[in-house]
Order: sequence, then structure tokens, then C-alpha cells
Amino acid sequence: MYGWIQASLVIAVVVGLHVPLGDYMARALEGGRHLRPERTLYRLCGVDPDKEQNWRHYLGALLAFSAVSIAALFALFTLQDKLPWSLGRDGMPWRLALHTAVSFTTNTSWQNYAGESTTGHLAVMAGLGTQAFASGAVGICVALALVRGLVRRGTDRLGNFWVDLVRSTFRVFLPLAVVSGIVLIALGVPQHLSGSDQLAAPVGSWESVKLMSGDGGGVFNANSAHPLENPSAWSNTLEIVLMLLIPTALIRTYGRLVGSLKQSWTLLAVVGILFGLLLAAANLAQSAHTGTVSAAVGGHTEGTETRFGVPASTLFGVSATASADGAANASYDSFSSLGGGVLLAGMMLGEIAPGGTGSGLYGLLMAVLVAVFVGGLMVGRTPEYLRKRIGAGEMRYVVLYALVAPTAILVCSAIAVALPGGRSSMGNPGPHGLTELVYAYTSSTAGNGSAMAGFNGATDLHNLLMVAAMLIGRYLPMVFVLALAGRLARQRPGVVTVGTLRPHGVNFVVLATGAALVLALLNFLPVLSLGPVAEGLL
Amino acid sequence: MARTSTLPRWAAHHLAAVRVVLALTLLVGLAYPLGMTLLAQAPGLRDASSRDTLIGKAYTDSKGNPLPGYFQSRPSNAGDGYDTAASGAGNQGAESVVDTADKPSLLTQVCSRSKAVGELEHVDGSRPYCTPDGVGAVLGVFRDGGTTGRVTHVVSLNQVCPARPFVSSYERVVVGCAEPGADYSRAVVTPVRGDAPARPEVPADAVTASGSGLDPDITPAYAGLQASRVARERGIGEDTVRALIAQYTTGRALGVLGEPAVNVVELNAALDRTHPSRGA
Repeated sequence: MYGWIQASLVIAVVVGLHVPLGDYMARALEGGRHLRPERTLYRLCGVDPDKEQNWRHYLGALLAFSAVSIAALFALFTLQDKLPWSLGRDGMPWRLALHTAVSFTTNTSWQNYAGESTTGHLAVMAGLGTQAFASGAVGICVALALVRGLVRRGTDRLGNFWVDLVRSTFRVFLPLAVVSGIVLIALGVPQHLSGSDQLAAPVGSWESVKLMSGDGGGVFNANSAHPLENPSAWSNTLEIVLMLLIPTALIRTYGRLVGSLKQSWTLLAVVGILFGLLLAAANLAQSAHTGTVSAAVGGHTEGTETRFGVPASTLFGVSATASADGAANASYDSFSSLGGGVLLAGMMLGEIAPGGTGSGLYGLLMAVLVAVFVGGLMVGRTPEYLRKRIGAGEMRYVVLYALVAPTAILVCSAIAVALPGGRSSMGNPGPHGLTELVYAYTSSTAGNGSAMAGFNGATDLHNLLMVAAMLIGRYLPMVFVLALAGRLARQRPGVVTVGTLRPHGVNFVVLATGAALVLALLNFLPVLSLGPVAEGLL
Repeated sequence: MARTSTLPRWAAHHLAAVRVVLALTLLVGLAYPLGMTLLAQAPGLRDASSRDTLIGKAYTDSKGNPLPGYFQSRPSNAGDGYDTAASGAGNQGAESVVDTADKPSLLTQVCSRSKAVGELEHVDGSRPYCTPDGVGAVLGVFRDGGTTGRVTHVVSLNQVCPARPFVSSYERVVVGCAEPGADYSRAVVTPVRGDAPARPEVPADAVTASGSGLDPDITPAYAGLQASRVARERGIGEDTVRALIAQYTTGRALGVLGEPAVNVVELNAALDRTHPSRGA
């Protein structure tokens, strides 16, 4: 009962805040003048902010930025012992450093290391902290480029990557991080830099941005279950809101940018239904005491904190996997079999409810285009969306996009199961071990970063295979989205033909929700049956 | 951009990328957390974090036995228990029911904790799916058709010989104890519910570890269970102890967020201040 009221409250706050924030982001991110400090920054970086890029150059700048980011983090981690503020920690071995660098640059933030014993202040702040902002901003950049592709006519220009990156970072993330960081500090999250004690860490400044940018990595091994990262029910509620806020607000921003708030309400309805389905399924699984251990205990309290309880842990878990954040305030490994399966399904859904910062929006638009295409064929007209023809050429990119995640997840999981040593990382026997392994590769590919932490990812095999999954899962979809954006932008305006499927209203919400569910989850039904479903029903 | 225009496009991208990464590192990687650290020195924020009472502690002697004059915290998987250098959970799943040579199953951990707490608090420590000797009540059933057919052989998987199995027979076949090192992987794992009450006297949080391993709180139910023991050990009235529990109980925020919790660290510190243990 309290769980439902709590969830309703969080959802009401997110929906309430998404309107002003989404409107602000539409003004801040698109058009308008460059601020004086921004001009200085562009000049120092040798960037011409008024020169727009076509999709290839936009992608080139994005990939260059990501490659340099990975290299910078790799250097920070391996050379940690020779740099100041390391708290005496050793440099990371190269495989772990590579994994961590890729993990944070791709906005995944899966941690194969324990924060308390591995990273010093400099690595946390300058390394992980920088990418907590930047990796989230890169997602927003790609979403903006796709929206411009839908809005613009007869051009090949999609905006300037550097401007989008700087504005997302300094106009959206930074002000919100400062405000919510101060609130978290006031709620008891510590913010220190003195001494050699890792508990006296700059947690407050990290916590706010880790939650709102889809990063999700913890200062401490226990992540948001740690009392210093998440001291009370108040901070817990704020953290859940932060995870959902920017991805949801971007839906509003989208409506503003395409000049049709009907579009944003339609997408919000789709997201709301999907999130509601996930939350309801997880709550039912977590409140029924069907498993042997939970029947013995009398509840799913293993791995949960007393101050949050099971309902708030379930809400946190669903929010962390329906978004791309991947933070954890409980042990997802010890969730009920089906409850853990729901978290897995949230990621397999493509993280679109509401998904990551930017990646949620472009993922959602891909599902919408499928719905438009299928719906258009059903009514026997040329599929159109926002006066753009959605033909075979456009659908090719949408389908390629939709194939990346299932292929990467299933192939990487299969390789990991088949190779010697892959299975010894499982922390639990039977179907649950398979769930853990598939969870690891789903989380990596989807850029989520949450874990069923009984799984030991810090072996050579998993470190390297997860690096591959994260790079493929993050950048290949971006290639297809930008290519599609470029193709759409070049189109001349069409006329709305009579009888074209209207992309809003109840009919379209149902169609798009169905498309999202079928497109993503059908691929995973067999593996879900072998993992969480088998465990829950046996 | 005279200087970069002579470069190939990919090189120009990378040159810009190096500068932008450097600029972001300085601004959001260093200036932001340093600025926040300065802001956190403001009055009102500086002392907001009461770290000493946020991190839970174990109230046990050097052998790990509970100190009876203190409220006991939840079980912990942080290192050897409440190790601040190793926060974390046990991460065992909801069907972790068969012990292995190197690790007891989650079910057995729950059962043994329940038994121990029951003995400490003088209440019934029995739970569903638990044996009287405090391990998971799980049978390995061998059938002549693999998973179907006539029962040929039954072993109580978590009761290592020479333990006496919790049931003597299953489907008219005698139940044996588990031989160390034997391979029971072909047996059908069959947990046995038993006749323990569905709502055991030992609360759920007393038998399960937290996500962080540093949980400073217990439920009001578990605190209430411990009240009479602590009162007895300290030679004070149970009413006094219960009043202190109420004082250190935090309700749901706004009446709906989170769960009611009793901060064990604050409660024990208050007890030591006001009613020092007789032995101490």
C-alpha cells in the first residue's frame, strides 16, 4: 500500500517538474545566442560554434570526443599512483582500467572495482566525474541531431556537436547538479576532501550527477545502498526523481522543438504505460513470497536497507533499469526471481521508459517510427511522420538500430557461457547464474551499469568482452540514428495526405506501446524463460 | 580556424576533442567538486552529515558473539561484518537453498541466524523451510526416471553426516544425511516447508543482511524483541528501554516514504550515556 502511494508521489513529482525543465531545455539547447563564457571556451578549444555539421562530421566529432575521453580516463587510472590525491591507491591493471574507462565514457558505469579500495579522489572527480557529465551530454547531442533531422527540410546540417555538448553540460547538467547536490548534502550526504579516509570523500557532488546523467556508478561498492550515498528515505526519493527527471523532461523538449506538444504528451503516455507495466510487475513479484528463501524469511528483505524497505527498493530498481542509470539501493541479485527478471526486461526493452539522457528519447523515436511504418501499411497509405516520408530507406536504419542490442546481448552472453572460465564468474547456481550473466551483458550493451553483483565481471574474459559489448551497444546505434537523421533532414517537405495515420491520440499510443514491446522483448523471450522465469516457476 | 583548416577533418576533430576533454576535466571534473566542497562548508550544511550514526556497527565480542547489553544490528556481508572498507551485499538469490563446501546457502544462513536470535531472545526461532538444527530443510530426491518415477534414494542436502535428518522418511523412503564430497547434482532439490508458523517470532530483518552491509537501522519489531534482554542485562525497567526505542525510531517520511527504522548506533549510545551496563 505504502509502496503504491510512494510510487505515485514520485511519478507526480517527475511529471510536474518535467514541464518547466523540458521547456527550459528546449530554449537552452536549440538556437539562441552563445554566452560569453561559452564563446571563450569555444575559442580556447578551437571550435567554430556557428559552423554546423552534416551527419558524418557530427558523428566524427562525437567519436573523436569519446576516443579521447577513453584515453584520458585510461591514463588517469593506470597512472593513479603517480598523480596527486590518489589516497595511496595503486594504478589499475590495464584490463580493469580499460573496462572502467569505456564503462564511464559510454555512460554505462558498470564497476568491476570497489570504490573504497581502488579509486582515489582524483580518479573519482577528474576521471569518473567528468564523464558523468560528458557521457550523459553525448546522449542528448544525438537526440538533438535526430530531432533536427525530423524538423529540418532540404538540408544536410544537423547542428554542431561541440555546441550541443557544451550546452547540455553547462546549461542543463551543471545547474541541476549544483542544486540537487546541495539538497543531498543538506540531507546528510558527506562532501569532504580532507584526509586519507575514503569515507571522507566528495560524495555529494558525485551523487547528484551520477543519478541525473544516467551514469549510476557509485563512490562506494554498495552504490546508493551505502548510508553515506543515500542516508534516508528523503534522499532515496530525491535520487529516484533525479534518475527519471531529465529523460522525461527531454520528451517535453521534443514536443517544443517539433512544435507540437501533442507529440510529447503522446510519447509521455507510451513511457508512462511501459513504466507502469514494469513497476506493477516488479511490485507484484516482490510482494508475493513465492520463493523458498522469501517464504522462510517472510519477505524479500535480503539485500535491502531497513530505512528504505522492499517497496522503495523495488521502485528504485525499476527506475534505475527503465532509465539508463543503473544505480542500486539494494542487491538486485537478491530480488525475487521474477522481480530481478523485470529489471532485466526493463533494460531489454531498450531503456525507453524513460531511458537514458537523450538515448531514451532517440530509442523511443525509433519505436515510434516502427509504429508509424506498421500503422501506415495497415491503413494502406505511405507512412509519414511529422510530414516526413518513412520509406524503406529510413526503415533500414531503424531496423539496424533495433537489431544491435539483441544481437550484442545474445551473442556476447553466448560467447561468455561457451568459453572456458565464463561460467565460473556466476555467483549463484542454476538458472539464477544464467540470469546474472545475461544481466551483465544486457547492462553493458544497454549502457545501464547496474549489476547482479554476485557475478564477478573482473576476470580477463569478462573485462574484455564487456568492453566490446559496451562499445557496440553505445556507438553503433548512434551511427544509425545519425545516419537516419541525415537522411530525414535532406527530405523536402511532403504534404499530409488524407487518411494518413495521425501520430497521436489513443490509437497511436496503443500502437507505439505495442511496437516497443514486440520489437524489443520478443527477441529475449527464450533467454528470459531459461533464466528468471525458470527460476521463479520451478 | 586557419590553423586547423589545413588538417584533415578527422585530425581536426581529435585536436578539438583533446581540448574539450581537458576543459571539461578542469571545469566539471575539478572546479565543480571543489566548489561544492566549499559550499558544503556553509553553516547548516557543514554538520548535516552525521557520519558516526549513519554507518552501522556490530555489537559483538572478539569471538563474534553478541554483547547482550546492546541492541544487535542486522547481519552484514561487508567484509567480516560492518567493515567500512568493504561495503556490499551477499548477492545470493531467492533460490539459494543448497549449501556448498565453501559457502552456506542463503536459506541456511537465514535458518541459523533465526535459531541463534531465538536462543538469545528466548523466543521460538523456527521458520518455514528450516530444520530444528538451523539449516535449510532441503531434500535431494533421486527418482528412477531422473526427475520422475519412483523415489529410490533421499538425502537431506544441508545436513552433513553424522547429523540426524529433519525427517525420517520421504514417500516411504528413508532419508539419509549428506556425505561430505558426494555428488548430489542429479537429485531433485526439494525444499520442505515444515510446520513452523508463517509469521515467525524472529523478524525478517534479523535474519537477512542489508544491501550495504553497513545498515545502521533495524525495524521497530526487531528492536522490540530485544528490549527485554537489554533491560535485564542493564538492570533497568523495560519501559525505560522501550521509551528510548521510540525516541530513536524514525517514521516514514511524509508518512509514506521508506519504512520505519530504529537507529541502533544512536540507541546504544544513548543507553551507554543514561544507563551504563552493570558489568561495564
